[in-house]
Amino acid sequence: MTERWRRGVFLAGAAGLAALLLWGLAGLPGFGRYPGPYGDIINRIAVAQTNATGVVSAVNFSYRGFDTVGEEFILFAAAAGVATVLRHLRGKDRISTRRAALDRVAPPASDALRMAALAFTGPVIVLGWFLATHAQTSPSGGFQGGVLLTTAFVLVYLAGQVLLFRRVSPEDLTDIAEAVGAGGFAAVGVTALALGLPYLSNYLPLGSTPGAVSSSGTIALISLLVGIEVGAAFLLIIGELVDQALLVREGGT
Amino acid sequence: MSFLPYVIVAWVLIAGLYGVVTSRHLVHQIVCLIVVQSSTYVLLLAVGYRTGAVAPYFYDVPVHTPAVDPVVQALALTDVVVEAAVTALLLAFAVQAHKRFGTLDPHELVQIKG
Repeated sequence: MTERWRRGVFLAGAAGLAALLLWGLAGLPGFGRYPGPYGDIINRIAVAQTNATGVVSAVNFSYRGFDTVGEEFILFAAAAGVATVLRHLRGKDRISTRRAALDRVAPPASDALRMAALAFTGPVIVLGWFLATHAQTSPSGGFQGGVLLTTAFVLVYLAGQVLLFRRVSPEDLTDIAEAVGAGGFAAVGVTALALGLPYLSNYLPLGSTPGAVSSSGTIALISLLVGIEVGAAFLLIIGELVDQALLVREGGT
Repeated sequence: MSFLPYVIVAWVLIAGLYGVVTSRHLVHQIVCLIVVQSSTYVLLLAVGYRTGAVAPYFYDVPVHTPAVDPVVQALALTDVVVEAAVTALLLAFAVQAHKRFGTLDPHELVQIKG
């Protein structure tokens, strides 16, 4: 099929899709006129039921917790997939990679980049930890916190400390952290079963003050576990990609 | 005006699809796929929005303050993270395709596979 044909067929199909899509979307209530009722019900009862003032976190880690377990394992599987695909390549074609990359020379990190990266590393760790442990109070949670924690390691890499990046994020430790995060989430759910409650029930004490860091029982715990899992998964992915870059860099210099 | 956000959803989706279909580079194609998925964020957040309502966090506002739908926000949140991980997996496949076939042009890859 030629390029023009391909484009023509796509444009015809896209026009039909756009018409159907707009027709369907036109049937939704207008923007800003949320009809409810689920969001309204949860907003009304979540604080009293869970002592978490962050209702999005309460939904994510409690009301819809079972769904989040599934999504977390998608992340787990994707990270495992990246590791499988890239580790398979590593070592095997070292020589051919080196030859292919002979014309590339990696530019060294500039002083400004190095300074900025090292200056941000500490604050980013603190912010990531803060987000992962405050899901129950404010707009934050394990997903955001975990990604930020990974960013701290990426900053070390950006500062040109490739070897240090590997030393502060050893593969074995990352693998273990990821397994602990993902398995811990599932284990919290199974513990509820052992106590004779439905899966992922909130069986820990909820605390007395809504919005306190110690409140909301399993929501805070699961958020922290998700933070560990997300952070480790992304660290694993970035570590594998850095190794690929290293293969290229070795060839360049 | 209240229909405009939904038009943006359709526009972002179709623009991303156009990129996927016409792309001549796998990495570009993967980025186009991210654009397609971004339309779901706009849709999710748009259906849960209520004019003048606060975010669903009741730390410093009373519980009965009108707030936007927290369910779609939770969905969008996990959507973003999963999308990032799946993108990484696709990029890993692109690395492997380049190593194995020496090209990242989807059209040439099709010819190699026959």
